[in-house]
Amino acid sequence: MTQQRTQPAVGSIGRMRLAPQQGEVIDRARTLPFTWNGSSFTAHPGDTIVSALAAAGERVFSRSFKYHRPRGLLTASFHDPGCMMQVGDEPNVRGAHRLVESGMDVSSQNTWPSLRFDVKGINRLAGRFLPAGFYYKTFIKPERLWPTYEKVLQRFVHAGEISPDTPHSYYDKRYAHPDVLVTGGGPAGMTAALAAARAGASVLLVDEEHQLGGHLRWADPAAAAELVARVSGQDGIEVLTNSVVLGRYDENWIAVVQRDLPDIPERLIKARARSLVVAPGLIERPYVFAGNDTPGVMLSTAVRRLINLHAVKPGERAVVLTANPSGDAAIEDLQRAGVRIAHIADACAGADVARVHGRRGVRAVELADGRKIEADLFVTATGWTAPTALLNMAGDVPVYSAKAARFLPGGATAENVFAAGGIAGDGTLDELLAHADAVGAEAARRAATHRHRQLAATPTSEPPSAGSPREEPVEIPELPVHEHPELFRGSTHGMVDFSEDVSSKDLHVAVREGYDSAELAKRYTTATMGPLQGKLETINAIATVAEATGRTVAETGTTTWRPMYAPVTLGALAGRIFEPVRYSPMQPWHESHGATPLVAGQWIRPDDYGDPAAEVRAVRDGVGIIDVTPIGKLDLRGPDIPKLLNLLYVNKWSKLGIGRVRYGVMCADDGVVMDDGVTGRLGEEHYLMSTTSSGAAAVWEWVENWLQTEHPDWQVHVTPVTTAYASINVAGPRSRELVGRLVEGVDLAPDEFGYMQVRTGRIAGVDDCVLWRIGFTGELSYELHVPTAYGLHVWETLMEHGADLGVTPFGVEAQRILRLEKGHLIVGQDTDGLTKGYSAGLDWAIKLDKDDFVGKPELAWQAETGGGSRLVGLQPVDGQVVPPEASQILTAGGGIAGRVTSSRMSPTLGRSICLGQLDAALAEPGTELTVHLPDGNDIRARVTEHLAHVDPEGKRQEITGPVPAARPCATPVARSPIAAGGRSGEAAPAAGTVTIADRSPLTKIGIRAPHDGTMAADLGARFGRTTRDPSGNLVIGSGPGEWLVLGAPDARLLSVLRERAERSGEFATVVDLTHGRALIRLSGQRCAELLAKVCGIDFAGEFTPNGAAFRSSVAKLVTDIVRDDKAGVPSYLLHCERSSGQYLFDALLDAGAEFDIEIDGSPSREEI
Amino acid sequence: MIQLPCPWCGPRNVSEFRYAGEVTPRPQPATATPEQWRRYLYVRRNPRGWTEENWYHSAGCRQFFKLRRDTDSNAVEEPR
Ligand SMILES: [Zn+2]
Repeated sequence: MTQQRTQPAVGSIGRMRLAPQQGEVIDRARTLPFTWNGSSFTAHPGDTIVSALAAAGERVFSRSFKYHRPRGLLTASFHDPGCMMQVGDEPNVRGAHRLVESGMDVSSQNTWPSLRFDVKGINRLAGRFLPAGFYYKTFIKPERLWPTYEKVLQRFVHAGEISPDTPHSYYDKRYAHPDVLVTGGGPAGMTAALAAARAGASVLLVDEEHQLGGHLRWADPAAAAELVARVSGQDGIEVLTNSVVLGRYDENWIAVVQRDLPDIPERLIKARARSLVVAPGLIERPYVFAGNDTPGVMLSTAVRRLINLHAVKPGERAVVLTANPSGDAAIEDLQRAGVRIAHIADACAGADVARVHGRRGVRAVELADGRKIEADLFVTATGWTAPTALLNMAGDVPVYSAKAARFLPGGATAENVFAAGGIAGDGTLDELLAHADAVGAEAARRAATHRHRQLAATPTSEPPSAGSPREEPVEIPELPVHEHPELFRGSTHGMVDFSEDVSSKDLHVAVREGYDSAELAKRYTTATMGPLQGKLETINAIATVAEATGRTVAETGTTTWRPMYAPVTLGALAGRIFEPVRYSPMQPWHESHGATPLVAGQWIRPDDYGDPAAEVRAVRDGVGIIDVTPIGKLDLRGPDIPKLLNLLYVNKWSKLGIGRVRYGVMCADDGVVMDDGVTGRLGEEHYLMSTTSSGAAAVWEWVENWLQTEHPDWQVHVTPVTTAYASINVAGPRSRELVGRLVEGVDLAPDEFGYMQVRTGRIAGVDDCVLWRIGFTGELSYELHVPTAYGLHVWETLMEHGADLGVTPFGVEAQRILRLEKGHLIVGQDTDGLTKGYSAGLDWAIKLDKDDFVGKPELAWQAETGGGSRLVGLQPVDGQVVPPEASQILTAGGGIAGRVTSSRMSPTLGRSICLGQLDAALAEPGTELTVHLPDGNDIRARVTEHLAHVDPEGKRQEITGPVPAARPCATPVARSPIAAGGRSGEAAPAAGTVTIADRSPLTKIGIRAPHDGTMAADLGARFGRTTRDPSGNLVIGSGPGEWLVLGAPDARLLSVLRERAERSGEFATVVDLTHGRALIRLSGQRCAELLAKVCGIDFAGEFTPNGAAFRSSVAKLVTDIVRDDKAGVPSYLLHCERSSGQYLFDALLDAGAEFDIEIDGSPSREEI
Repeated sequence: MIQLPCPWCGPRNVSEFRYAGEVTPRPQPATATPEQWRRYLYVRRNPRGWTEENWYHSAGCRQFFKLRRDTDSNAVEEPR
């Protein structure tokens, strides 16, 4: 074909555009300009890129991958192998699916320097150099040429260009919980959806195309329109077009990608469907013969789509090879469109094609009988492929039917997976619809049974209404299977895989070379491994292998379809990025004072304020303060705490007096050190346990595990209060002087409040603070735990009142240096996953004379055999060299004897200091060793007498001095964990929108008691539900035997509840969580939709009605959710541990953007 | 993604839970031989088929519970 268009096509009528067609989807009243390889074109809204180009007479849309053969339109659908294009900076756009938008810049891929003059087309002549398995055979030796090969290979990769400058887009994600998910919006899918919805099911109907209707859109547009109208008039069906089910996973967990939404390129929907109806229809199969990839060779469905949907004349003079009604119907369509039918070859009667002639387009068709007929269009209708992917993924093994010449469902799918429509069988339209109707009803029935069971097991729901779902199944009629000739390949060889340029000849070669199973031949030739993933080519590939091996198609089998069914962007899979972060209430201060942020787990902490060595000196010489809020804190209440502590710590706890603090180490049952910290006794049956920052979550779970599974009889309640307190360590010889100025109700005199003791009192005007005198830094120090809302107030007050003492904020790095100088280990730094207790320098703490404790047997055996390494202090002989952490310590013979676990330059000593793990035999103080540095050099280092490099005797703890009188200080200011930002007006936002409000100041009281006892009855809310008490407080059944009471800020609520707990006579405890939790209220009609973007729980109707309370993951953060409607408007309270409040608030704002979420700044903060 | 039937919360996505290992009774620490103790620490049946497991509903009710599960089909026995 010659290139006739030299002028850009202008105007609405391309030369191949037909008069209006009954089912056409284009809007002729409007035109859209776009460019194709730099030339201007126009389209109508509803045109795909390819239909618009075809209307203008274009026939070549790309070059093939390997041989760079010109390729045109084959299927006119998403899966058209020749129509992959570049649109702007987006590569691999499916041009026969993507709708034209005004101003689109479209270009062809795989073509250089141009579509017409393709330099790489030379490969076609060099085809013998690109044989089957060419990846494996070529470019192997010599290795020195690999960089060159790489450059060559890169040029031959399909795919367009990716621009590194492409701006980030908003890729979306949401969850869905349909009763029935129907994939395929053709007549069967729509009928099944209607039947399911009529039976009361919620239905999600997903179709790959831009409109519902399936093949009826071109076969019977009126019937399609009628069905579509019924679907849109039926309640309970959500329709997603231009969307595709990517995969079906266990228990109908279904991934759907929704494309081309306004401002959202793709959205991933994670659907948990109670039933799945697979109704994708059939994919028409190409025929294999010489030249079958020439532009102008089309499938019958492609011709019918072009004519009926886009009013495009596919050619001028056609030859049709038909074996079925689709081919016959295509002939009628072609005639109506004014295409001359030059010849009809009836494949059922044995007619066949030998080859087509023409390079850039069909010029003539040569039949098997030798006749050669001039034509520019060759249409084939030789059979179908059943896209059984989802059935496969649901456990089915499709069975090949020689009679139908395609695979049929094997009937072994999971219980709640059904097939409907052409994939299930043949029949008249009426027969197929009757079948689909029954399938839809049965899918709904099974979903209802499943839903009923789920509701009965879900504590948030009201008791299921009477009337259980219908029990007798809906009878599903059998579908007939019609006879179809087995047509795969004619008398010549041609393309099997159009996207990978694999021909039937290549497959024959592969079989000859021994790759004689479908799976092997596929991998060797890469057939079915291109962008279409087998949708067009899999049957022909199997049939060709069968032919080459002399087996039947059924014997050859099928390849397994795996997810993803269709291509999906990485952006859609990534979705919104949920990475919870945690902040202490002092973080804004750190940021405004030049702190270098340190990401420690989820926490953002100050690493230093510019000069860690100066910070160390300030602590040793005067006083410094550090924000240690991330230290894990567990509130322990109950009479059996000493038993618990004795079990979990290696040391003894029976005799810890009130007001005393003890250091403890936890090992696992394998004797390996897992965490350490101090625990203090605040009252008769009240302790506060601290853990490492990174171990906080694990230790809490560890404690719960032992209590719940081994000792459920022990009376201990554990509440995490890590972020209920802001924690500040005040360290240095002048710390007593500073703390004394702010403390009321605690005598700081050394003999009154000694080392390793704990007190509670008022700091800087803030009540209920905990002070413990401990010394990680080796200095006299007080760790202040302050109700979190006042954390910043106390920090600023310390800075203000310590100015004359030279108080200096110090960061994590200074603290690490200070503790290393003092020889205190860090679990996980100076120990690893194999370090048992005696290898961590903890001999003094481990008490093998206790009856039992976790890890005791292994530690006893370690004590007996003396195995394992030892923790030692090390000093390089040359004190100016700091061996990097993980440097190896060598034996005299050069073997590895250990490693440096911590190392720093000590500002106090002016020399380098280390801790290390070392073979016990070499751990004697004074031993000189070789340390092998990562740079290859060796240095000498000496084992020190103590782990402590500074003050091994601990004299600095004993510093005495006068205790100053408390000074008056500024009135405490409580602060919220959430900085709302943005609009935060006084007025309540307009009705109808989604609003978000920070309600953190409300009083929050946690209660623990037996889940079925007196206190539970007194509180009146069972697990999963809420109630209002007579004072209007919201009582939430937040866990089994766990409640949260929300009320207006009022100190009396705590004491009232404590009294009630005492009166119950049960083991019931009450903890104030006001400071420990961030609380957010979300209100508005579309709240549930918003939450479905961040949480996998079903927010619709019965599962979470008003009064539901549960805990789940929200934007990857463990969050409590309470449905608490206001005046009939859906409303949810969400609370999480306080330091994540800002993160949760921001994540909800982000999810709410599409619902025009507004921040409610109205002054109703104190109401619940 | 499979769902697990939490005895307290009902069916939830498995991503809300933490697997806490096969149910393996802890021997008496005072009398256990190293052989018995290390069997408890390290040796698991890991069968293809039915097995009893500990799970922790970490993003839910925070309860530990035992579950019988078929490792081949992921079928679970409804708790209690
Ligand atoms: Zn649970």
